[in-house]
Amino acid sequence: MTVARSQSIALTKEKARWMYQKMNEIRQFEDKVHEIFSKGVLPGFVHLYAGEEAVAVGVCAHLTDKDYITSTHRGHGHCIAKDCDLNGMMAEIYGKATGLCKGKGGSMHIADVSKGMLGANGIVGGGFPLAVGAGLTAKLKKTGAVTVCFFGDGANNHGTFHEGINLAAIWKLPVIFVAENNGYAESTPFEYASSCRNIADRAGAYNIPGEVVDGKDVIAVYEAAKRAIERARNGEGPTLIECKTYRNYGHFEGDAQTYKTPEEKRRHLQELDAIEKFRNYLLASQLCSEQELVEIEQNVAKAIEKAVTFAENSPFPTEEDLLRDVYVSY
Amino acid sequence: MARTISFSTALNEAMRLAMQKDENVILLGEDVAGGATVDHLQDDEAWGGVMGVTKGLVQEFGRDRVLDTPIAEAGYIGAAVSAAATGLRPIAELMFNDFIGSCLDEVMNQAAKLRYMFGGKAKVPLTIRTMHGAGFRAAAQHSQSLYALFTHIPGLKVVVPSTPADAKGLLLASIFDDDPVIFFEDKTLYNIRGEVEEGFYTIPFGKADIKREGDDLTIVAIGKQVHTALQAAKMLQEKGIETEVIDPRTLSPLDEETILLSVAKTGRLIVVDEANPRCSVATDISALVADKGFDYLDAPIKMITAPHCPVPFSPALEDLYLPTPEKVLRAAAEIIGDETIVPV
Repeated sequence: MTVARSQSIALTKEKARWMYQKMNEIRQFEDKVHEIFSKGVLPGFVHLYAGEEAVAVGVCAHLTDKDYITSTHRGHGHCIAKDCDLNGMMAEIYGKATGLCKGKGGSMHIADVSKGMLGANGIVGGGFPLAVGAGLTAKLKKTGAVTVCFFGDGANNHGTFHEGINLAAIWKLPVIFVAENNGYAESTPFEYASSCRNIADRAGAYNIPGEVVDGKDVIAVYEAAKRAIERARNGEGPTLIECKTYRNYGHFEGDAQTYKTPEEKRRHLQELDAIEKFRNYLLASQLCSEQELVEIEQNVAKAIEKAVTFAENSPFPTEEDLLRDVYVSY
Repeated sequence: MARTISFSTALNEAMRLAMQKDENVILLGEDVAGGATVDHLQDDEAWGGVMGVTKGLVQEFGRDRVLDTPIAEAGYIGAAVSAAATGLRPIAELMFNDFIGSCLDEVMNQAAKLRYMFGGKAKVPLTIRTMHGAGFRAAAQHSQSLYALFTHIPGLKVVVPSTPADAKGLLLASIFDDDPVIFFEDKTLYNIRGEVEEGFYTIPFGKADIKREGDDLTIVAIGKQVHTALQAAKMLQEKGIETEVIDPRTLSPLDEETILLSVAKTGRLIVVDEANPRCSVATDISALVADKGFDYLDAPIKMITAPHCPVPFSPALEDLYLPTPEKVLRAAAEIIGDETIVPV
């Protein structure tokens, strides 16, 4: 199977700017969470998406609020790409009452159903059936919506991968399965844990298209997603896209990442950086000027600082919130 | 107007009414229609569920709303969870409650928790119908009563009806409830018959039904064991003992008040529950009364349950496994202090 790289594209300037902004929001958000977490300010634990920005952004660039996504424990990037509010996200990670989930979910469960974001998920493989269900609703209610199921290479060995993709395939649901193969399930290499060479190879078993994409190339992801989403919206059923990517940080914050080699880290962080690659492309293609890009970067930095201030100044939930929203009624 | 129909027919009627009332109500599960895509099969010949409970629904509502699924419980139960969260009102059939092992994550970690984890911004109006109960010679993997497992989990509601009329009203209430409901159907009750009102009606959750009134002894019984309790009550009446039989009908929420008021009146409690005894609904109700009604008690609480063993296959053993009226009578004799109660 060949790895798809960007070929011909028709990105509007507006879309290109949005994508660059979102990629920067994700990177800076995660770098900031990394920094704050190391100070011991944040409760619980966090899994950072930095390095994988091209995947969430390249796919979500095609979606609107009425389309759904399911996410993973590494969900901040998907939230941002799906236009979730940065202040609400940061407050959620702080466990504050103003968080997207009122402090009840935290990093691993950030969600905003009004944005079509069906939740980060603490259960590896949890998203497959959920994506199928959202796809079933779209099909039966004829909403025209598509659902994207983001999952990691670890989840590709989970039983729900099989059950979910098979169901979506037999019912021809408008669901796109997007594997984010960052090479490691926690600390276990993909090559050890998976009997396949590519996750996308498994698509053949379900009689659906499978495609391997350079997940550091946001244009390549954008193009592959475009093809898959068009198929889905045309009632042709699901597609499996595998994005080969890399996470810049550990599985969770505090992971010493002893399983990575220094050379591999250097190469990914310095030579293969997705944002750098897209930045160069935008300049070379004259879609954006240096000044415009710097402006975007600076505006994002301000937005992230604002989100931190918002989160820090927000109140914690109170005792009366403990029993709220267990049920609609009880 | 009331007619005498079976438990199974009452359930079928509830689903039919729900699907007529709201096009968002869909039904999915293994063979719930039956024979999907089999060319020669007319819909009226299709199974309608392995026990025929959903028979005929595919004819009225079509295969878009009555969906046969692969044997892949994690896949379709999980799909039902988010179908509910995104605008449908699914009834998912988990053929036997024993199969929860294949999809517990979808129920326990997804359905039960989405609303809370999302700060109230989602609702999951999902009903999972599932068969339970021993006495069918179906052995250890098709006979359990696992309602305690779900009762333990906040975010889920748990319903265990004992009569056709309750089954219909509670199923309609479940389908139109905005929270995830696990609806238990005892497979040995499908053919019992009872008076059931025509048309649409619901029975509220958290409201126990006093199936029989009495002043001397309270029996709280779950599901099919309500009938065991009623048989025992009849035998006790012959000995001059008036038994109050309470059917909680929903285990989550649980009508604590009705149970406590009854024990306050009778001073004696027996709980009859055919599930295994440890960390069970029987221990839960006993703990409730020990905690909040200790002063009402004139005698120790007794629990008539299955033993701490899997459901055996051999009829000779399965009959020993289940509660019986005689076991209830022996417990009654002990707490009333009258050995003559026990039939010789």
